[in-house]
Amino acid sequence: MANMTFENHIMKQFDEEIEEIRTRLMEMGGKVEQQLQNAIKAVSEADSSLAQEVIEQEQVVDEMEVEIDESCILIIARRQPAASDLRLIMMVTKAVNDLERIGDEANKIANHAILLSEDGGSTRGYPEIRHIGTSVVKMLANVLDAFARFDADAALQAIEEDKQIDLDYKTALRELVTYMMEDPRSISRALNILWVVRSLERIGDHAKNLCEQIVFVVKGKDIRHK
Amino acid sequence: MNTSNIAEKEPKTTAKLSSEQTLEIEDNHITVGSCFSDNPKMTMRNVNVFYADKQAIFDVSLDIEKNEVIAMIGPSGCGKSTFLRTLNRMNDTVDGCRMDGDICMDGDDLYAPKLDVVELRARVGMVFQKPNPFPKSIYDNVAYGPKIHGLADSRVDLDEIVENSLRKASLWEEVKERLHQPGTGLSGGQQQRLCIARAIAVSPEVILMDEPCSALDPIATAKIEELIEELSENFTIAIVTHSMQQAARVSHRTAYFHLGKLIEVNPTEQVFTMPQHQLTEAYITGRFG
Repeated sequence: MANMTFENHIMKQFDEEIEEIRTRLMEMGGKVEQQLQNAIKAVSEADSSLAQEVIEQEQVVDEMEVEIDESCILIIARRQPAASDLRLIMMVTKAVNDLERIGDEANKIANHAILLSEDGGSTRGYPEIRHIGTSVVKMLANVLDAFARFDADAALQAIEEDKQIDLDYKTALRELVTYMMEDPRSISRALNILWVVRSLERIGDHAKNLCEQIVFVVKGKDIRHK
Repeated sequence: MNTSNIAEKEPKTTAKLSSEQTLEIEDNHITVGSCFSDNPKMTMRNVNVFYADKQAIFDVSLDIEKNEVIAMIGPSGCGKSTFLRTLNRMNDTVDGCRMDGDICMDGDDLYAPKLDVVELRARVGMVFQKPNPFPKSIYDNVAYGPKIHGLADSRVDLDEIVENSLRKASLWEEVKERLHQPGTGLSGGQQQRLCIARAIAVSPEVILMDEPCSALDPIATAKIEELIEELSENFTIAIVTHSMQQAARVSHRTAYFHLGKLIEVNPTEQVFTMPQHQLTEAYITGRFG
């Protein structure tokens, strides 16, 4: 397909409905991205009020998921979309799910941020969080950007970023285990950090799903599990 | 009024979308997708059809596979009905209509001078847009074909053919008590199934359907569509339809026509999820038509 466009339907309302769904999905993406950034900041700056903000955002994101899903169901019922329109609608119903899960993970990170800040203590393990966090935030931004432009190549590149995140995650795990062995008193704290890193790694996986969905919309190819 | 614009006569080679955007079709467009089959019932090669000096079909080559349901879709005037009607020489009845190219069934040339057109139309039956039962009884509507083609030796034979045909057309249960009442007294959907029964009574090999459901309500349409699926076990079916959803529901392969050219032929599941040609994409997503 030369260039992706979701305009020019004879039914102008259909154009508008699709545009509305795209806009809402981008908005949801933006919210989730913000949640993630704040969650990482809340951990590394031990800012529990910011963490609280992230947790409060959760409900907004959940509502958006339900709302966008409903719009998709309506479009399927009303317009019987085909070809690229169909692929887009199917993609969106999956994408909202992945975005919502990213929001969930950000929420978990925020919860651990509160625990860590109450706990006080050393900042060992924080560089790992910051490092992986930066990669994950960047990847998510690239993915949302790729979606906005229907850029399958950019989506494929972003999948590569997830591989690096997985490697970094394994490295971080090893380091956290070392801290725990060195000083058993740090175990509960290291575990909290470990959960944060784990959530970041999961977000990378969800972002990878989004990439696969973008490739599906643009190229019509299902590249999952390949 | 500007009369200097006479270029209109030329076949248009662009498709206008609802905005200013247009899609190009090359003059020598080559059909994309899978036009050919290893097990063809009918083969068409380089078919051109003209109405007087106006060309309606441009160089179409296509195989129709045994026992497949192939749907022809495309905007009005794209030539899909004309193309369908070349398959049992219905266009012969149109003044000034001329065809060149090869159309064969089981390897036999359908346009051979010696070919008996009446016999051909028994082998390649047709169902039209508007149900057109004869003004006769339900029984006689179905029995007419077998009688004139000498397919029944006795009254018992004929009864059997009528019952079987009505059963295959899923109409038997509804009409068995009133076989001798006029066919025109049935509902639209029943009349259309009667026409299908009439077409299959002469044991055709191929059934052509030209928008068979466009005059029917959704329930009658659903019954015909279910019937098409059942019939494809025994017959090869080519259906022209304006309803893309119908093509998606009933056909195995879908052929997309545009301005007399066969743009794309592909398995139906592909055409409706990932069409290969951007014109097909634009048409099935409702961007022009």
